[in-house]
Amino acid sequence: MTKLSTYEAAMAAYEPVLGLETHIELDTGTKMFCGCPTAFGAEPNTQICPVCLALPGALPVANRAAVEATMKIGLALNCRIAEWTRFARKNYFYPDMPKNFQTSQYEEPLCEDGYVDVAVDGDHYRVEIERVHLEEDTGKTLHVGGATGRIHGATESLVDYNRAGIPLVEIVTKPVPGAGDLAPEVARAYVTELRDIVRSLGVSDVRMEQGSLRCDVNVSLNRAGDAWGTRTETKNVNSLRSVERAVRHEIRRQAALLDSGEKIHQETRHFHEATGETSPGRSKEEATDYRYFPEPDLAVMEPDREWVERLRSGLPELPRKRRERLRAEWGLGELEMQSVVNADAVEIIEATVAAGASPTAAVKWWLGELSRRANETGVELGELRIGPEQVAELQGMVDDGRLNDKLARQVIDGVLADEGGPAEVAASRGLEVVSDTGALEAAVDEAIAANPDAAEKIRGGKHAAAGALIGAVMKSTKGQADAGAVRELILSKLG
Amino acid sequence: MARLARLEVTDDELDAFAGQLDVILESMQTLGEVDTDGVEPTSHAVPLVNVFREDQPQPSLPRDAALAGGPDTAEGRFRVPRILDDEE
Repeated sequence: MTKLSTYEAAMAAYEPVLGLETHIELDTGTKMFCGCPTAFGAEPNTQICPVCLALPGALPVANRAAVEATMKIGLALNCRIAEWTRFARKNYFYPDMPKNFQTSQYEEPLCEDGYVDVAVDGDHYRVEIERVHLEEDTGKTLHVGGATGRIHGATESLVDYNRAGIPLVEIVTKPVPGAGDLAPEVARAYVTELRDIVRSLGVSDVRMEQGSLRCDVNVSLNRAGDAWGTRTETKNVNSLRSVERAVRHEIRRQAALLDSGEKIHQETRHFHEATGETSPGRSKEEATDYRYFPEPDLAVMEPDREWVERLRSGLPELPRKRRERLRAEWGLGELEMQSVVNADAVEIIEATVAAGASPTAAVKWWLGELSRRANETGVELGELRIGPEQVAELQGMVDDGRLNDKLARQVIDGVLADEGGPAEVAASRGLEVVSDTGALEAAVDEAIAANPDAAEKIRGGKHAAAGALIGAVMKSTKGQADAGAVRELILSKLG
Repeated sequence: MARLARLEVTDDELDAFAGQLDVILESMQTLGEVDTDGVEPTSHAVPLVNVFREDQPQPSLPRDAALAGGPDTAEGRFRVPRILDDEE
C-alpha cells in the first residue's frame, strides 16, 4: 500500500508547487493537416487519408480555422501572439502515430506569456501561462491479451487512426507556487476557468469525460525556504473533481516519502478514478530524447497583426466578465459568487433562473442540498438526475405553499431515484403540505390537549412556548404541514 | 544510436556501420568549412509563409485501401506487435 501523510501534516511541513498541462481538442470540421472529417465515434479507420498515414508524397497543409482558434485561446489567456512561428516534429516510437512522429511546436509556440486569474476562498491567484501551442492528436490504441485492456501484459495492440491528426491545443502553465494548502482547489479552479474560457470562445466542446479536455497535473513539494522539489506528472485526470483529488493525493504521497528520507523520482504517474490514488506509469528510462526538428513540409506562419487585432476585438464576453454581470443580476456577494463558480454551478443556476426560479432559490438549492447530494454520490452537479427545469418546478411548488423545505427534500429523493418530475413525485409519494384547514385545526386541537402546560404558557403570553406545539403538529402530520401556518393557528386559538 | 532508432543490428553489422558512419560524418564536416557568417539558419527550402487550407472536409480513403498499407489488420484496425517488453 502507498504510504500517505495526512493532508494537514503534509501542509505543516511542505509547500507545494503546481504545474498544469492541458490538452484541448478543437472542434474544427476537419483535421489539422488534411481534409479528413473529425466526427466522434465513427467506425475505426474510416476518417484517415494519405496525410494521416504519412504515405510517401503526402503533403500536410495547416488548417486555418485551427490556427485561428488557437490564437483566440491565446488572446483570451492574455498571451502574446508570435510574429513568426513554425511546426516541429516530435519523434518517438509508439504506434499511436503512423509517422513515428507527432507534428507539434517546439521553441516557437504560437502564443506565449499569458495568465489566468482564479479566486478560491476569497483569495485571488494569478496562474501564469507559459505557452499555448498547436499540435495534432494521436490515434487510439486497443490493447489485446492483457488484463482489462491495459498495455502491460498485452500480447498485441489494435490501432484506430481516426483521432490521429485532430487539432490539439496544449496549454502549459509556469510553475505555480504559493497556493499553500489551497493548491488542490487552485488547480481545480484553474482548469475550470480554462474550460469556461475555451467554451465561451466556441472552439471546443471541452468535455473532460469525452477526452476533448485532458489534464496532466505536476506537483512537487519543498520545505519553506528550500529550492523547489522534484515533480511528478500525473496523467489520466479526467474530471474537475479528479484534478483536485490528484493534487491532494500526490501531496500526501510525496510528503510521506520525504518524511521517511526518501527521494521523489521524476516520473509519470496515472490517476485512478475509483481509488483517488496515483500509480507509477512507464519507467522514465525513456525520459525520451524526442529529437525535435523543424517540420520542413509545413510553411512557417507569420500571423499578421491586422489578423490578430481582428481576432482580439472579436472575442466574446469572457467568463470573468459574464460572472460579474450575473453576480449583479442575481444580487450575490463576491464570496457567494465564488462558491457558485467553484461548485461549477454558474450555467446550471443560470438555466434554473431562466426556467423561472428566483436567483436566491436557485443558488440555495444548487449550492446546498444538491451539492450535498452530488458530493455524497461522487458526481458533478451536472450529472445529478435532476435538472434546472425540475429545480425551478420544485421551487414553484414551495412558493405556492404546496411543499415546505422538508417535503421538497423528499421530492428531490424521488426525482433522483427516477420516479418522475417534482409534481409526479409529490403526487405519488403523497408529499403535499396539509392545507386542509379542518385537518390542520384538528391536529392543532389535539396538540393543545396533549400539552396543557405549553398551552397555558402561550395563553400567558409566552409565544416562545409555541415551538413544542408546532413540533407536535408537524409530527402528527408527518411533516406535511406548513410550520408558519401552524404557528399562526396556535396563536390565534390561544391568543 | 541503433538503440535510439530502435534498429536491431548484429555485432558484425555494428562494426561495418560504425565505419560507414565515420565516413558520412567526415563528409558532413566538410560542410562546416563553408563560411556561414551572417547567414540566417533556414528550416525551409521554399520562401513561402502562411500556407493554409480552409476547414472543408475532403473524402477520406476507403477503409480497405487505408488498411491495405499495413502489415496486419484485425477488426478494422491496424494490428501491431506487443508494445512493451516483458520487463517494462
